[in-house]
Amino acid sequence: MRYIPNSETDRKQMLAEIGADSIERLFSDIPENVRLRRLLNLPKALTEPELLDYFHARAAEVSGRGTPFIGAGIYRHHIPIIIDALISRSEFYTAYTPYQAEIAQGTLQAIFEFQTYIAQLTGMDVANASLYDGSTGLAEAVLMAQRISKKHKFLIARTVHPEYRAVVDTYAKNLGIHVELIEYAPDGRVDMDRLERQIGQDVAAVVVQSPNFFGTIEHTHDISELAHSRGALSIVNVCEAIALGILKPPGEDASEHRRADIVVGEAQSFGVPPSFGGPHVGFLATRERYIRQMPGRLVGLGRDYSGRPAFVLTLSTREQHIRREKATSNICTNQSLCALMATIYLATVGPKGLREICEHNILKADYAANEIRNRTRHRLIFSAPRFNEFVLKVQGQCSFGLSLSRFYPELGNAFLLCVTETARRHEIDAMVQRLAITSAPRLTCRSTSVLCLKKARLVAARSICRHWTFQRNL
Amino acid sequence: MSEILDANLLREDLPGMSELSEVDVVRHFTRLSTWNYHIDLGLYPLGSCTMKYNPKINERIARLQGFTLAHPYLPAADIQGALEIQKALETCLAEISGMDAVTLQPAAGAHGELTGILMIRAYHESRGHPRKKILIPDSAHGTNPASAAISGYVIETVPSNIRGTVDLGRLAASVNEDVAAIMITNPNTLGIFESDIAKISELLHSRGALVYMDGANLNAMMGITRPGDFGVDVLHINLHKTFTTPHGGGGPGAGPVAVKKMLEPFLPYPVVAKTAEGAYFFEYERPQSIGKIKAYNGHFGMHLRALCYILANGAEGLKEASEIAVLNANYIRAKLKDTYALAYESPSLHEVVFSDRLQARKDVHVWDIGKRLIDYGFHPPTVSFPLIVPGAIMIEPTETESKQELDGFIEAMLAIAREADETPETVKTAPHTTRVGRIDEAAAARRPVLRWKPE
Repeated sequence: MRYIPNSETDRKQMLAEIGADSIERLFSDIPENVRLRRLLNLPKALTEPELLDYFHARAAEVSGRGTPFIGAGIYRHHIPIIIDALISRSEFYTAYTPYQAEIAQGTLQAIFEFQTYIAQLTGMDVANASLYDGSTGLAEAVLMAQRISKKHKFLIARTVHPEYRAVVDTYAKNLGIHVELIEYAPDGRVDMDRLERQIGQDVAAVVVQSPNFFGTIEHTHDISELAHSRGALSIVNVCEAIALGILKPPGEDASEHRRADIVVGEAQSFGVPPSFGGPHVGFLATRERYIRQMPGRLVGLGRDYSGRPAFVLTLSTREQHIRREKATSNICTNQSLCALMATIYLATVGPKGLREICEHNILKADYAANEIRNRTRHRLIFSAPRFNEFVLKVQGQCSFGLSLSRFYPELGNAFLLCVTETARRHEIDAMVQRLAITSAPRLTCRSTSVLCLKKARLVAARSICRHWTFQRNL
Repeated sequence: MSEILDANLLREDLPGMSELSEVDVVRHFTRLSTWNYHIDLGLYPLGSCTMKYNPKINERIARLQGFTLAHPYLPAADIQGALEIQKALETCLAEISGMDAVTLQPAAGAHGELTGILMIRAYHESRGHPRKKILIPDSAHGTNPASAAISGYVIETVPSNIRGTVDLGRLAASVNEDVAAIMITNPNTLGIFESDIAKISELLHSRGALVYMDGANLNAMMGITRPGDFGVDVLHINLHKTFTTPHGGGGPGAGPVAVKKMLEPFLPYPVVAKTAEGAYFFEYERPQSIGKIKAYNGHFGMHLRALCYILANGAEGLKEASEIAVLNANYIRAKLKDTYALAYESPSLHEVVFSDRLQARKDVHVWDIGKRLIDYGFHPPTVSFPLIVPGAIMIEPTETESKQELDGFIEAMLAIAREADETPETVKTAPHTTRVGRIDEAAAARRPVLRWKPE
């Protein structure tokens, strides 16, 4: 057997040491009436070439290798090659959770760097070591806000990813948590007037997403201010983490009232492939004062007994293996390897590169939207500023993007389209052409922002600052 | 830019993030990697964690571009290959566990527990009342009570008997119409098969309650016995344990949940279904579903690896894996039982639990023994768990270790026992050979430093 090293001779010697005459004897505690007395009915074992054939054939059945212009929470960004080269090291991917800190400093430091990057990008004090994904992260954020506020009513914007809202519902329904939705205004953002009327002193937290599911940028700071003025917490969800590289972070403002209390989200955009929905990597960042209510693992910087700086999992008294049913969460694992991918991504692109990638997303999406507006009869239905997604009201057919009929039936024949930096000019033009064919063209032609479509590239920086990432021994 | 987005929407800078070359980044993370222990370096005898070898082909096939670029919202016709893989894995897991239906949506074992308990709740609600309590043996993982609690249940602990298994008499006294289910691990965290399991299931079922099994220890029983055949109604499976998906330094995992027929309507949506013409699709219309437990449909990258492992082994290979996992654990037990105190005399399956009772006489404790093992080149076993064994040393070698590797580990354990007797300070101050020594965890938790800050 290819993954079992012990030979027949080894096995015989081991049985002799044990004092058993057969391996069968070792299972004597399993009663006869529950034994399986046949072989499992599974496909016959495949050789390595056969396995490759099988999986290559399945992979070939999955299309969408062209640009489908779908985002909706999973984004196709360029993934620097060095990520896979580094995470393919056995030292990272075959290691266990770093409970034994002395022989897991690599994993621990990488997570500490992830926590730092997330805190910096969101403008928050601290971030955890990652969560399963954005959707479960949002559910955890809601439970966390419930623990902090001791209140049970949550206002959640309908512009939050509908599947994230569904996950929140699943988690919340047996805990007495009540969710009320906040409607969106005609510009595709939270309807502030209605929110103002909806929010009373009984609200635990207001939850919004930015950029929201329609791709528009919410007034997160105004919403935080409003929430705080009514004694509620402010939770901001982020599905498209790349946008944090250019948008004003929800946790940052001159006035404390305008800062979010929890910023939670999905970091798949930082170098993690779509992979048919997972694994991705959730994050959760908050204020210092709420650290002990956070779910999930945390890595801290401490010292060993001879005074050397060392990283270690910390504040574990919040966790299930210590607190059991009184823990802040049932979470045991995080998404270490995906968090490592995000960390390598951010280190590779650097601040300028990240901003440049953001600009490409904004400009290309804007170019695509304008081209569609000018060359087709499809209509952009939301006017608010957007990042890299927009909603089209379609006349006739649309073979790109995501139909919103399941999530927002009131929008009719509407599609959510996403244009990232990976879309090439000719692909965008071809998409617009296809959309134009399925609708009668309008005879205006306004050239916009073509000059901005310079070739996308990641910035490999030349000015290298020696900073925290590179101090060999701290 | 300023024509498109108003300047007040934009951030100014990213303080503390620096510009680096590719060489810098590669050297930095390569250097970090050398500070880790990992399964490709040697034995990882963590009890209950099933740290087995991660086949290289798994990594190769999970990186095929058709899979990595696939978006779950593409039209069904464009994702047939991915859906077929999810269906194939569901079918294999159902057969291995003796269950009827499987969801691949949960992201990890504890997430699977939550999913399973929510389904149990939905099942009872559909029959009129969710009930109040979940019974959990005192040897259970901490995730069990935590998962039951966030599902809105009260936890009642069931004590173990002197064999280390569930005390049937005490259990009988606890089972009534308030009980929604028992959450049982089998083989349990002591590595002991709950030989009364069929009776336990009958007892619960007779009062309308269900049996949830934590499948953390499935590696002991593939092809030998099936949870579905001894009365289990819901089971989660850790793909990152039994089915060789890598641990990645603490995730991503994957925690599929397998159920009996009567629980199938409550599975999270969507489920992978098939049209009359044989085409796969995501079925969203599931009126009795517990809802969504995660966006999309689970950790597909992990599903690929697990299916690859199952197909590489076939029925005979999986059975042999379980047999040799049990052989290896018993070999360690036989070689160490005269030196370390066995926690329970009952036969061990895939793992064996000792206590530090004999070594504690010289004030050498389980943590010390674990840390000293690092100096001998091995990862420590699981220590201080299960909680019912004071000073527990829980060893699970798995089937992917050679006799030679096990002999090295056994020699190291015996040497440490001698040191504990003769030069206890050596053990108590271990490890001595690592980059950093033992860490003052209390101090780290008192004043937590959780990020780097610009000076």
